Amino acid sequence: MELTSQISKYVAENLLYVDEDFHFDNDTSFIGDGLIDSMGVMELLTYVQSVFDITVDQNEVTPDNFDSVNKLAAFVRRKQGVMTYSGGQ
Amino acid sequence: MTPLLAQDGLQSNALKSPDKTALVCCGRRLSYAAVDEMADRLANALIGGGVQRGDRVAIYLPNCVEAVIGIFAALKSGAAFVVINHSTKSDKLSYILEDCQAAALITSSHVAAQGALPEIRRRHERLQAVIVTGPSADEVCANTGELSFDAIQERFPAERPKVASIDLDLACLVYTSGSSGEPKAVMCDHSSMVFVTGSVTSYLENTPADIIFSVLPLSSGYGLYQPLMTFTFGGTLVLESTFAYPAATLTKMVEERATGFPGVPTIFATFLQFDLARFDLSSLRYLTNAAAALAPNHVLELQRRLPSTKFFSMYGLTETKRALYLSPDQAAVRPGSVGHAIPGTEVWIEGEDGERLGPNQTGELVVRGRHVMRGYWRAPEATAKRFRPGPAPGERICYTGDLFRMDEDGYMYFVGRKDDMVITRGEKVAPKEVENVLYSLDGILEAAVVGVPDPILGQAIKAVVVADGSRLTKADVLAYCRTHLEDFMRPKYLEFRSELPKTSSGKILKRALI
Repeated sequence: MELTSQISKYVAENLLYVDEDFHFDNDTSFIGDGLIDSMGVMELLTYVQSVFDITVDQNEVTPDNFDSVNKLAAFVRRKQGVMTYSGGQ
Repeated sequence: MTPLLAQDGLQSNALKSPDKTALVCCGRRLSYAAVDEMADRLANALIGGGVQRGDRVAIYLPNCVEAVIGIFAALKSGAAFVVINHSTKSDKLSYILEDCQAAALITSSHVAAQGALPEIRRRHERLQAVIVTGPSADEVCANTGELSFDAIQERFPAERPKVASIDLDLACLVYTSGSSGEPKAVMCDHSSMVFVTGSVTSYLENTPADIIFSVLPLSSGYGLYQPLMTFTFGGTLVLESTFAYPAATLTKMVEERATGFPGVPTIFATFLQFDLARFDLSSLRYLTNAAAALAPNHVLELQRRLPSTKFFSMYGLTETKRALYLSPDQAAVRPGSVGHAIPGTEVWIEGEDGERLGPNQTGELVVRGRHVMRGYWRAPEATAKRFRPGPAPGERICYTGDLFRMDEDGYMYFVGRKDDMVITRGEKVAPKEVENVLYSLDGILEAAVVGVPDPILGQAIKAVVVADGSRLTKADVLAYCRTHLEDFMRPKYLEFRSELPKTSSGKILKRALI
């Protein structure tokens, strides 16, 4: 499954507890629009580290990286790129 | 002049230092004159909309500029304000609006966009005015006929309304989770709020140079007093809407040169996961902890990592706002203590028979002082239980329901609660309130809610349910909780069982569920 869809599905099913009849824009602000709260952000952190095999520093848990599906997907892609590159040295 | 009313501090500082920054919030920096003037304009709109002295004005917003303005506007209109947690769901919102008999509601276009306003209007005929904030408020108001916050700022005069409030008038209602399962509101009059504001700012030694950085919700007593106190001592309040991104919070604290930071154990436990040395927190004069006890090892660790920052351990409850504080010089000596009575008040520990207990004996903490609030709104029985006659004729003292012991030097230590209230993320949650929601879901036969220890949350909510054969899933139950409970009340753990453990008399044995 495409990364953005995968994250969107996780948010819907595991943080919002909704399925097929739910839709939200992938740019919707998680916090600003009240989709999830601070505990939800912590769950997202655990999720991306375990599923995408990346290591996230606490300082990277920022609105720019975590506050929407698209931002989180872009962040994961960047991290995966960096980690792949580092692994090739 | 000595402040008498809760808005007096703002008003006198707007005269004394009109250009000084009072509020930094949502990307805006507002001076004392601007905050005061905006509140006057909104107060005039409230009065024009039908709000009268003694009414209630409900504010259903996240932490934002408009919420702060709404608080002071309600006071200036002679009304009492009620800040409702913005994650409150529609049933409870409706309950609170009905219970407090709100004459006005200030809410966001986000709420309006969900189509909630017509239903709110239909169910609450007593509402005189609804004021909508946010980027699409004008559009919403064009369609619904409500008032837009921004339009009010353009159209209403900045003259201070002539209102004859006195300090015995109610200034606010603060809703807390009630052990009966329904939320109940603590009535706070101006005099108690002004008194406790003065008491707390005296031991924190606040000055106009202080920059207070708050992430606490204005719907909680702890969060609410940050603007009230800051605007009284003439400092600057940096108000954030969330603590979801702690790194961003720390970075902003550095940028704003914060001098005071009020927190709860969940926040401090999160801070300790960071290398705090990477953040220049040299301006940070003090940290305060309240709402729940901070683990002694966390107190010591914070002191070690921030050696030039004073740490105040405090204890309070909505019914008195604050009761105890520990002087920073004792934090390393008695890290488990929350100290002694705040200035101008007294406390003692009572045994089961009403006798005062000495050192190393456990009993209920009793609080005496001008900060003892008026009682519970429209709940005389609950009021009589919590607020009882005191030693002076006609006075009332507060029985906290919290068990304490004191050491030989008179320093107080929290032992536990007399009831089964859970404290999670610094918020009190009555298990009964969560259980009532679970019972309202078709298919749930039995439900029991307990608090279980959690390293970050302090306590986490655990729900154990027995369902009928309706194929109810865990996701179904959690989804239902999400749409009926505030964020902090939602169970972190949910367990299905075929039956719940019971005593011989049939009462659910909650101890066995922890």
